[in-house]
Amino acid sequence: MVKRVVILGGGTGGTLTANRLRRVYSDTEIEIAVIDQDDCHVYQPGLLFVPFGLAHAEDIVRPRGRQFHHGIDYVKSAIDHVDLETNSVQLTDGSTLGYDVLVIASGAVLVPEETDGLVGPGWMEKVFTFYSPEGAAALGAALSRFDGGRLVVNVVDMPIKCPVAPLEFCFLADWYFCERGIRDEVQLTYVTPLDGAFTKPIASQRLAGMLADKRVELVTEFNTGEVDGKGGRLIAYDGREVGFDLAVVIPLHSGAAYVGRSPGLGDSLNFVPTDEHTLQSHAAPNVFVIGDAANVPASKAGSVTHFEGEVLVENVRRYLAGESLDASFDGHTNCFIETGFHKALLIDFDYETEPLPGHYPSSVGLPLLAESRLNHLGKLMFESFYWHGLLPGRDIPGISSAMPTAGKRPAAANVSRKD
Amino acid sequence: MSTSTIANIDVELNNEGFFVDPDQWTVDMVSELALREGIEELTDAHWQVIRFMRSEYLAKGTGPTVRVLGKTSGVSIKELYQLFPKGPAKVAAKIAGIPKPRGCI
Repeated sequence: MVKRVVILGGGTGGTLTANRLRRVYSDTEIEIAVIDQDDCHVYQPGLLFVPFGLAHAEDIVRPRGRQFHHGIDYVKSAIDHVDLETNSVQLTDGSTLGYDVLVIASGAVLVPEETDGLVGPGWMEKVFTFYSPEGAAALGAALSRFDGGRLVVNVVDMPIKCPVAPLEFCFLADWYFCERGIRDEVQLTYVTPLDGAFTKPIASQRLAGMLADKRVELVTEFNTGEVDGKGGRLIAYDGREVGFDLAVVIPLHSGAAYVGRSPGLGDSLNFVPTDEHTLQSHAAPNVFVIGDAANVPASKAGSVTHFEGEVLVENVRRYLAGESLDASFDGHTNCFIETGFHKALLIDFDYETEPLPGHYPSSVGLPLLAESRLNHLGKLMFESFYWHGLLPGRDIPGISSAMPTAGKRPAAANVSRKD
Repeated sequence: MSTSTIANIDVELNNEGFFVDPDQWTVDMVSELALREGIEELTDAHWQVIRFMRSEYLAKGTGPTVRVLGKTSGVSIKELYQLFPKGPAKVAAKIAGIPKPRGCI
């Protein structure tokens, strides 16, 4: 009998899962349906470049439906809720879709309204975010008018998508204002709830050093409780304040709202509790989760989703065949960090191993935790691979799902490096 | 890692002052642990948060972050900061004898 796999979300995770499954199974074995509320697939790594005029918002968005292989049913509708008891998804248009296996790939959403004052007076005038195409485009217009003063980049709280992107924004802002010849007129400040520049100690130290080199002030352990757009102030819960002329705020993130409307599915932030190795949800054995929607302790990033894809599809296959699951996802994450002036840094890590210096994927490869032009080119070339390799579900030759250790230097871990 | 004596019992704390082994914690240690964090008098609200942190950790394997505490503990984030001015999740986790909440990746 034909089994039905329903995938909620047609972004990075949903698309690559659908395409990989379609390659494993013929239409007579399984039906695949992907549900999404809109037809705009955003290449999210491109958002960072939009405010600086290095990319245009319309160029990084493509139709979702066009990214699927033949034999995948794409349903454009919002989701009301999932009913785990009856193995069905209720759509907002009133229809119901039953499933044998459900894959949750609905990512994370921005919830700026959860921070007092953030969407109040000054929002999209003095206070922006680059985490949406509209926000990034509006910020671009504001930056081009900005001719001096204090620009503050603020992460309200973790988790956020691509935790390095706000740092990259600081590095690119330094480059951008240098190019415009007004760097001395601009004070750049990075305000984070973390106790350092980044979550992982060695990378945190290295990135803090780079912020200092680029004259970006670092304010740590700042838990933003309120944004006063009119008065130009970030106000922390502990009473501290940081003033600004222009604020770039990364709002709080949650899982998709329908998760909260689905009894027994999500946690208090609407992320789905998930086994970090098998990617099976804790809610039900026939529900799997990929990408930002899961609460696994990995970064919310496209590279994680990409590396998860292989394990997830194999485990869906094993589940349908009645076999035990392959618990092999290791938390592998790989991020290019754009540092301005046509250079970038590369970091590579997993659940257990923090980002280390060395080379990737082996001793002959891209430099890790060090700035290079090669990494910058890698970051630029990745966009094409995203549309033509990653979404169709192809593997990269020489790049495996599991984190490589060959080119890394753990011994150098305790040595503070400054190139 | 270092050994500290709290309520006459030796316990292992990590570099940041969190319990290495949450099983070493007893409820008798709470007032002394609170004092170390600069909290001289524990109100019912403090206790509510500390007990909640502990039970969430035992149920889920990680303590809640401030944002989750604000949504689920029955105490608002503003009040949490009044109770634990140096950071509710971190300080309450230390007093509740559990590891640092794993919110930030």
